Amino acid sequence: MKKIISFFLLQIIALNVFAQRPETNVDMADVMRSNGKIYVVIAVLLTIFAALVLFLISQEWRLKRMEKKLNEHILNSKNNQ
Amino acid sequence: MNTNNWMRKFWWKAMAIVLMLFTIVMGMLATVPTLPILNETIRNLYYHVPMWFGMTLLLLIGMIYSIRFLRSGKMDHDILAAAFTKAGVLFGICGITTGMVWAQFTWGVFWNNDPKENAAAVGLLLYFAYFVLRNSIDDLDKRARVSAVANIIFYFIFIPVIFIVPRLTDSLHPGNGGNPGFNAYDLDSNMRMVFYPAIIGWTLLGAWIATLIARVEILNREFHFSLNNFSRE
Repeated sequence: MKKIISFFLLQIIALNVFAQRPETNVDMADVMRSNGKIYVVIAVLLTIFAALVLFLISQEWRLKRMEKKLNEHILNSKNNQ
Repeated sequence: MNTNNWMRKFWWKAMAIVLMLFTIVMGMLATVPTLPILNETIRNLYYHVPMWFGMTLLLLIGMIYSIRFLRSGKMDHDILAAAFTKAGVLFGICGITTGMVWAQFTWGVFWNNDPKENAAAVGLLLYFAYFVLRNSIDDLDKRARVSAVANIIFYFIFIPVIFIVPRLTDSLHPGNGGNPGFNAYDLDSNMRMVFYPAIIGWTLLGAWIATLIARVEILNREFHFSLNNFSRE
């Protein structure tokens, strides 16, 4: 796990090396980025993603609780028989 | 019920979160080639394309579980096959919807009956049929066996329909009908560096959703068995 995570972190550093763009007439969102407003989009995306992950994790915990409860119930009913 | 198998482990879900954070941030910030018509929409490569890669991989896992069910007869395998197929279809719906939006702004219309679009729609309809078939059988054992066989057949129809048929005709979609695949811009190593993590991240996220669906289903079934005082293990 550590190796995998550090591998991708190193990639982020490497991306700066390629931060040159040939000058062309093609429209890109340069203005948006020079204003720094692209970060607003990233913030929105990250918020949505965080909510999604929190939802998934809460479902995870709920399921874990129910699985445990049911297992105990099955064990108890086996012992009573 | 085994409460300590891979479905309940957290490390691969953590990996999904890390890879997705990387995809979201770097997908927006990393430099991309400047191409006419595509402009910034080229960044959809990190979000639209992994939907289809993820769908194919999730359906593959579902198909493998169908084979495993036919060999083992374990109901858990049947539940997992259906859950992964469900998650795969969810990704497919997202893929076709995002594809329509992308088409509107690059090809000019939401739906221009492009071979790739039509083939993707046929592929999805195939899997809708799978769920109709599956849910129309009340007997649990029969349902599991019939839907396992159907799932295997559908997968091997789905792959040629979505990947081979569009290549035989003219298509606007990259990688089809004489168009260069990703080669036009995939040679860019900046894009690859985000694209590959994106595929893994999205697929793991789909697998997470699939296991949640499967666990609810397993729990539901175990609950009914324990109500009937019928031990399974």
